[in-house]
Amino acid sequence: MSDQKTFLLDGREIPFEPGQTVMQAALTAGVFIPHLCYHPEFRPHGSCKLCTVKINGRPATSCTMPAQAGMEVESDTAEIRDKRRALVQMLLVEGNHFCPSCEKSGHCKLQALGYALGVMTPHFTHFFPDRPVDASHPEVLLDFNRCILCELCIRASSEVDGKNVFALSGRGLKKHLIVNAESGRLADTDFQATDKAAQVCPVGVILAKRKGFAVPIGQRPFDASPISAQAERYKPVAPAPKKEA
Amino acid sequence: MSFELETATHPEQLKRVAIDPVSRVEGHGKVTILLDDDNKVHQVRLHIVEFRGFERFIQGRPYWEVPVMVQRLCGICPVSHHLAASKALDMILGVKLTPTAEKVRRLMHYGQILQSHALHFFHLSSPDLLFGFGSDVAKRNIVGVAAADPETAKKGVLLRKFGQEVIRLTAGKRVHGTGSVPGGVNKSLSADERALLLKDIYQMVAWSREAVHLIRALFEKNLQEYNAFGRFRAQGMGLVRPDGAMDLFHGGLRARDADGKVLFDHFDYGRYWEIIGESVKPWSYMKFPFFKNQGPEEGWYRVGPLVRVSNCDFIPTPFADRERTEFLAFDGGSAAGATLGYHWARMIEMLHAAEAIKDLLHDDDIVGTNLMADGGERQERGVGVIEAPRGTLIHHYRVNEDDQVIRANLIVSTTHNNQAMNESIRQVARQYLDGHQVTEGLLNHIEVAIRAFDPCLSCATHALGQMPLEVSIEDANGTVLDRAARDGNGRFIAGGVAG
Repeated sequence: MSDQKTFLLDGREIPFEPGQTVMQAALTAGVFIPHLCYHPEFRPHGSCKLCTVKINGRPATSCTMPAQAGMEVESDTAEIRDKRRALVQMLLVEGNHFCPSCEKSGHCKLQALGYALGVMTPHFTHFFPDRPVDASHPEVLLDFNRCILCELCIRASSEVDGKNVFALSGRGLKKHLIVNAESGRLADTDFQATDKAAQVCPVGVILAKRKGFAVPIGQRPFDASPISAQAERYKPVAPAPKKEA
Repeated sequence: MSFELETATHPEQLKRVAIDPVSRVEGHGKVTILLDDDNKVHQVRLHIVEFRGFERFIQGRPYWEVPVMVQRLCGICPVSHHLAASKALDMILGVKLTPTAEKVRRLMHYGQILQSHALHFFHLSSPDLLFGFGSDVAKRNIVGVAAADPETAKKGVLLRKFGQEVIRLTAGKRVHGTGSVPGGVNKSLSADERALLLKDIYQMVAWSREAVHLIRALFEKNLQEYNAFGRFRAQGMGLVRPDGAMDLFHGGLRARDADGKVLFDHFDYGRYWEIIGESVKPWSYMKFPFFKNQGPEEGWYRVGPLVRVSNCDFIPTPFADRERTEFLAFDGGSAAGATLGYHWARMIEMLHAAEAIKDLLHDDDIVGTNLMADGGERQERGVGVIEAPRGTLIHHYRVNEDDQVIRANLIVSTTHNNQAMNESIRQVARQYLDGHQVTEGLLNHIEVAIRAFDPCLSCATHALGQMPLEVSIEDANGTVLDRAARDGNGRFIAGGVAG
């Protein structure tokens, strides 16, 4: 008999290693829990709340909650799906997300979760915020219209690239992504296209220039199967090493 | 400046008939007719009432997004916008396409021509042509055609489906794909995809030939009516290949006057603004293009299949070229100047598209792997022109050093035909409405004339079948004198209201 510790996730026994979170254990076992601010190479953040589950009847973010033996976790229930759908709908109306002409279509986690959670309409009134594009950098475009404030670029730039190119500014509804330059232009920072921060955006904010639509429809990551069937992609890996200065 | 029947001298004393919306066309437009107490026509206008902001909201966007974004102008001919934008951006990148990229794009374009022409002829226009312009409104739709002539309806549906499959396999989706990118394409055909299309293409060529013969037979049967219906003299413009052949994908601009005399030839479309101007009128959101050297009054022209078939010197596929020769010779050349000749010319083009698809499928470049051109010398300005199903389509962009679009100008096919469509419906109003009590059947004659041009009034949505339509006749004080309606099922209700 194995002494592997387990917990129950929607009635299924999930094994875990000491120190793993509920999210990490679930993904390792091949069970997908919707998320946006979680990234396997970074410490959990717990800000998007999309991964909220009920643990022994109480809500908790699965990306930050350490797994414990015997806990009973509910994730894929009608009640939780409704709440996750509402969160995605709120994100969709808060920015300007025009999937039909967005080059991240088929690669975008927000879009993929919209499909997986059955978002058929925006439901809420669109904010239509005015967020100009920053095209100043020769290799990378910033389209702030699609920012969901997950802070992955901030964490990557700080923790891996050692540059602190990105930050959030403002409060509440006015909170927005900025770059670390007096001019406010990406071209005036030390950002490079090879930075880790250029690789982690789950939506269509940080884009390599002149590469859009290079992958044909049918071969994009979420064409073959829904994100909910792709737990493997998000399995825990070793933290991204900090780059040498 | 105003054309005959464009503006009545005393509109306040006239009653107004409105066809709103015009049905079985793409998009939303309306026709207004002003009549006096004796039902004499004083004013006829085709109004385009949708306002599109694409030229404005593309500004500031990265250029590689443009071919995917602007195609959302239309659900019927997105490929045309997708390709015209791509061509303009190729020019901005200063590149020459690889053979595979050009042929995949051509294949996509001919798929588009095939599906759009089939849709227009079989789904939208055949009810008028097969049953008569004033026939029973309940049957005058594609469902009526399917009941009366299931074989014809089936072929129409399958021709369109094949064209859509060509688009799917080249663009990634049947509608609003992403296959063409600035500087090339993101996929070519696989061997399996090529085999899939080759399996059916010969049948498509055969059915397209039958379609040409069908419209020819209709012309022979209704010779006088078809020749005279909405007929007007007009100049024409379109692309031709350097050797004068029909080329719907690329070429130089050629225009002819109403007698067929060449006005200009092989004009580099990259400088289109030197020869084409646009005027505006307060009653329509659609501009009125004209040849600059002639001015807005004399310089209007028409585009599209009727013009293209007679404008070129030959069609470079054998069956279509033979049909072109017969079309131009028919009844002393009468059909080539008739508004309903658009339908015949459209079917000749559909045949050409089917033959061109067949030829491309036999070309090994279509499965090549060299998809993207090497970097060229960057330009600030780019113009892409293509012969879309409905006519010459012009996309013009300026892109800054940061890769953002700073200016866009689009002249879509239907815009070129604005004055021509107005002329045609004024002619029909003179021929059929003048002095008569207005009926649904008579009003459909106006719509038949508009449909001949296959207009895409919004280039974004399309109306299929019988849309609810309400016609009211008011006196000068706005009092309703007479009212008639057509409901969503195509029933005509005298004195009724559309449901």
